[in-house]
Amino acid sequence: MHFLDYWSFSLSVFLRHRTRSLLIILAVAVGVAAVIVLTSFGEGARRFVEHEFSSLGSNLLIILPGKKETQGGAPPIYGTTPRELTIEDVEALEHISSIQYIAPIIAGTSLISYRNKSREVITLGATPDIFPIRQLTLQSGRIFPPAAKTQHVPVMIIGSKIKQELFGSHNPIGEWVKAGDFRFRISGVLTERGESMGLDLRDMAIIPVRSAEMLFDTSGLFRVLIETNQNQNQVYLEQRIRKIIAERHEGEDDISFISQDSILTAFNSILIMVTIVVGAIAAISLVVAGVLIMNVLFISVAQRKQEIGLLKALGATRVEVRNIFLAEAITMSSLGSLAGIVIGYTAQQLFIYYWPQFPIATPWWALLSAIATALTMGVLFSWLPASKAAKLDPIIALRGKGI
Amino acid sequence: MIKLEQVTKTYQLGEHPLVALDNVNLNITNGDYLSVMGPSGSGKSTLLNMIGLLDRPDSGDVIIDQQSTTQLEEESRAIIRRKKIGFIFQSFQLIQRLTAVENVEVPLMLGGYSANQRREKALNILRKLDLENRASHLPKQLSGGQLQRVAIARSLIMEPSILLADEPTGNLDSKSGQEVIELLESVNQSGLTLLVVTHDLQLGSRAPRKLQIVDGKLTEVEQHRAFS
Repeated sequence: MHFLDYWSFSLSVFLRHRTRSLLIILAVAVGVAAVIVLTSFGEGARRFVEHEFSSLGSNLLIILPGKKETQGGAPPIYGTTPRELTIEDVEALEHISSIQYIAPIIAGTSLISYRNKSREVITLGATPDIFPIRQLTLQSGRIFPPAAKTQHVPVMIIGSKIKQELFGSHNPIGEWVKAGDFRFRISGVLTERGESMGLDLRDMAIIPVRSAEMLFDTSGLFRVLIETNQNQNQVYLEQRIRKIIAERHEGEDDISFISQDSILTAFNSILIMVTIVVGAIAAISLVVAGVLIMNVLFISVAQRKQEIGLLKALGATRVEVRNIFLAEAITMSSLGSLAGIVIGYTAQQLFIYYWPQFPIATPWWALLSAIATALTMGVLFSWLPASKAAKLDPIIALRGKGI
Repeated sequence: MIKLEQVTKTYQLGEHPLVALDNVNLNITNGDYLSVMGPSGSGKSTLLNMIGLLDRPDSGDVIIDQQSTTQLEEESRAIIRRKKIGFIFQSFQLIQRLTAVENVEVPLMLGGYSANQRREKALNILRKLDLENRASHLPKQLSGGQLQRVAIARSLIMEPSILLADEPTGNLDSKSGQEVIELLESVNQSGLTLLVVTHDLQLGSRAPRKLQIVDGKLTEVEQHRAFS
C-alpha cells in the first residue's frame, strides 16, 4: 500500500465522519494556537525589555560602590561598602581614552518649592555627560554649563510633570525654585519620554553633581555611568578601572560592575525560560487533544470491525491495518496544526493591530515544537487503538465482533 | 492446486470442545467447481476459512500451489490471500463510505497499484459485469443483486486462482440469486476454481463436485468418495 493511499483512505473516513473529525481538529488547533499566542507574549516581553535596555544607551557600563552586589540577587539601591565612591574617584578615571562619557550620580529625594507650591521629587546629581549617556533631550532651555562638571552651579533641569505641577502653563526657564536649603534656577525641561528602567523621567529633577553633594550632604556616589567608545574590550576596561580605584582605596577592590550586555543577557535568559514554561503549559492542551484522538480512534475501530476484517480477508497485513489508523490520527493532527497556526497568527495580528507598542512575535522554536507535539501526540495516542485494530481476528471482525 | 491434509480444528465452547473439522482431507484442482453443504454449525465456514487462510488448523496442513501455509507468518499468509484468493460474503461486506468503483479498487490499493491503474482496472471489470453506470454510486444506492456483483468484481480484480463464496445468494431474491450464480459459474468456466458454501440445495446441486460436511467430517456426495 502506497504512502499516499493511507492519506486518501483516511480522508474518506474524515469525510464520512465530518463532525467527529472536525471536533478533533478543533481540539488540536486550540492547543497549537495556545502555544503560538502564549509564547508570542513571552517573546514580546523579551523584546520589550530588550528595547527598554537599548534606550539606556549603547556600550553602557555601570560602576556600583561595594563588593557585595556581585554575590547574586538584584542589585541593592545603595552600595554597602564602608568606603564610598567619590567624585574624585571618577575624576581619576576621566583620562582613560576608551571612556567616551562618564557621569557620577548622587541620588536623593528633595522637596522642591516654587512660590506656594512644593513637591517631593527624586533628584539626581550628575555631570552634563548624563545627557548623552541616557540619551536625554530637552524640550526647552539648556543643559548645564560646563562649569557644572566640577563645581556647584545652582541650575536645575526638571521633568515635564514637575513643570506642569509647579508652573502650570507658565514658562519655568529662568525661574528660581527652592530645594532643601538651596535655590536653583530652572535651566531646562526634559523631553517627555515616559519611564526608563523604572524611573519616571517626567517626575524627576537633575542638578549638577557638586550641588547634589551639598544638597544631600554626602560625598558618596550612588552610581557611575560610563559610555565606552565603540568596540572597546569591556573586560580590559573593567580591569583598568578596578586597578585605578583600588590604588585610591588602599588596595581594596570594592566596586562592582553592571554592563548593559550582562543585564540584557540575564533578562533574556529569564524571559526565554518564562516563554518556554508558558509554551509547555499551553502544550498540555495538546496532550488532552491526543487523549481525544485516542478516544475517537477506539470508537472508530469498534465501529469499523467488519471493515478491518474485510481488509484482512482481502490481504491487508497487520502493519497496513495499523498504518491506516495511524494515518487517520496524523491527518487529524496535521489539519489541526494547520488550523491552529492560522488561528494563532490571526490572533497575534489582531493583537498587534490593537496594541502595536507591545512587540509580540512567535519564536520559531515554539511554532516547530507546537507542530511536533501535536503530531507526536497524534501518533502516540493512536498507537494503542491502531495496534488493537491490527491484532483483530479477521473471522471475528467480519462478524462485527471482537475487542 | 489446493490440498488439505488431515486438517483438524476444535473450538472450545464453555467446557465442551466442538470439533469443527475432523481429520479433513481434500484435493482441489485448478478450475474445479465445488459446493459445500451441511447443517448450521457443521463446519462449513471453518472449512472455507481454512482454505482462505483466515484460520489455522490445530493439526494437519493446508497446501496452496505446493506451498505449506500452516506454519507461515501472518504477514505471508496475508500476501497469499491478497494474490490468490477471492472472497464473496453473504452480507456483501462493502465499505459503505466508498463508491462501487472505490470498493472494487481496495484490493488493488493493498496490492500497491497506482491510482490510475486502479481506476482503469476497476472500471473495466465493472463494465464487464454491466455495472459501469453504477460505478460512482454508494452501496446504499444499489440493489442487493448489484451489491453482490460489486463484491464479485472486487473478488476478481486481483485475478485470484480460487474464489470462496460463503452463501453468495443468501441475502438475494431468487432472480438476483440466479444472476449471481450464473455469473460465478461463468467465471468458473473461464478457469477459476470456485468453492461455494451454501444451505441452498438447489444452488449446491449445481456444482459438479458436491461436498457434505456433518460434525466436522467431510464427504463427497455424488461420487460417494469418502474424504475422512
